[in-house]
Amino acid sequence: MKRTCTLFLLVVLCLVFSGLSLSFAEPLDAFKGEKGTVKISGGTAHIPVMKETARLIMTANPDIRITIAGGGSGVGIKQVGEGLVDIGNTGRKPTDDEIKRYNLKLFMWAVDGVALIVNPKNKVRSLSKAQAADIFSGKIDNWKALGGEDRKINLYTRDEASGTREVFWEKALGKGNIAKSANVVVSNGAMKSAISQDPYAIGYVSVGHIDKTVVPVAFDGVEPTIATVKSGKYAVSRGLYSNTKGDPAPLTKKFLDLLFTGEGQKIVTANGFIAVK
Amino acid sequence: MRAVKETAVERALLLSTIVSGSITLIIFGFMLFMALPLLGGGKIFQIFVGSWSPGDGSYGILPMTVGTLAISFLSVTISFPMSIGCSSFIGVLGPKRSGRYLKRIVQMMTGIPTVIYGFVGIFLLVPIVRGLASGGSGMSVITAALMLSVLISPTMVLFFNDSFERVPASYLDAADGLGASNVQKLVYVVLPNAKKGIIIGLILAFGRALGDTLVALMIAGNSTQIPGSVFDSARALTAHIALVIAADYESLEFKSIFACGMVLYLFATAIVIGVRYFAFTDRETR
Repeated sequence: MKRTCTLFLLVVLCLVFSGLSLSFAEPLDAFKGEKGTVKISGGTAHIPVMKETARLIMTANPDIRITIAGGGSGVGIKQVGEGLVDIGNTGRKPTDDEIKRYNLKLFMWAVDGVALIVNPKNKVRSLSKAQAADIFSGKIDNWKALGGEDRKINLYTRDEASGTREVFWEKALGKGNIAKSANVVVSNGAMKSAISQDPYAIGYVSVGHIDKTVVPVAFDGVEPTIATVKSGKYAVSRGLYSNTKGDPAPLTKKFLDLLFTGEGQKIVTANGFIAVK
Repeated sequence: MRAVKETAVERALLLSTIVSGSITLIIFGFMLFMALPLLGGGKIFQIFVGSWSPGDGSYGILPMTVGTLAISFLSVTISFPMSIGCSSFIGVLGPKRSGRYLKRIVQMMTGIPTVIYGFVGIFLLVPIVRGLASGGSGMSVITAALMLSVLISPTMVLFFNDSFERVPASYLDAADGLGASNVQKLVYVVLPNAKKGIIIGLILAFGRALGDTLVALMIAGNSTQIPGSVFDSARALTAHIALVIAADYESLEFKSIFACGMVLYLFATAIVIGVRYFAFTDRETR
């Protein structure tokens, strides 16, 4: 009796695993027999999706090596343009000048929002566009004016090469000034850990990065969620781009194609971004 | 035959000297050349004394220069008394055995990567400083200076210690003969004789603080204002280079890092000259 039980369990397990591999098999078939490396760098918002996709491919075919580095959108464009990497990710559309200079091909595989975040201890949950602009320009420098504690506001912003910063600055602040006293951090992850440590902080991250350690702030009355970004109600949004210099090489092309399949777009959604297909 | 060989060797050595010597000059020339678009057009003054606001076309690096100097001076000021005390304990005051162990620990400290100090700073020091100064984010000049002072103290301690050991034993014996206590020996014999080593160690440690990137980048806050107090967030020159290097190659922001490099280069030169000066004058007076 016991033995039949074990046997039954084994069969079930086999079925489950074959089922799993079946569901992945189709889009990953393209990688059969392939060999080589794909080097990726650039936008930090892209990294979770890139990692998961790369893991899928590399488990299916250990002969393929995919390396993923951050650095920010500026680094992505620069390195792909110089031929140092195969894919340069950007959290903004590359400028016409950049596209022309490096002959870039763009692949937009997801949409993302940039949200204001505060520490969970902070009571402020909603800001208007004017308030946000005043906070970041330094005009409002105390939480009291916004219904919070009587403490100075600690501003956090991103470095000059950040696509997240560019989108936030353009669409949320209307290209307004960012105060010189603002602290500067170098990635979405660093922003999140800085805000989660500092009860009087305000900063901004990609919606996909928001978790329990920080609290998103409604912007002009709209909560930054996947639904609101998707419907276009939440205005501070951007495309996530992967760029190649000229037409991508065959293996790189297959990697990019995978991002646009159902499987790839599932990973996109699972990481808090909005699928394009 | 011999003479020919000798001149050949001499020439070869001279050539390699010229090459290695000129590389440092070439680097400076390269930085100057790359910074030219920024320095040209009569804006050279603007770069070194102006403020940083790329939005208005102002790429001044004064805030970063001030940030670097503030952080390094403060860290040396904090670190110097600690290091003197530590090396006095190792060399003169403490029991031989514990002194030896302490020295081992200090030697080990030199090998810790700076990123570790940065991490410890973020998770331990930043919240403490935030609690101390109401209204700050905790990322400030003082936070970075405190962490840097830990980072540079091994340099100082080991250098001081070496110069303590070079004090002739006969001097110490003489002091012993006169019935001097350990403290008297330290104050009247060891410290005055080790003055040269102390000053050189101090300058070298200052150089290390000046050149460190990660600690400043991780915990000084990186804001582009000129820090008004030690509790203000500030950006060091090195951190500025690290932050802007990702920007578009062709942009003026990117060019500004060469100006930063030049300022750092000049600081380093001043440090080398300082060390040389002290090492040299001391030999002459003796």
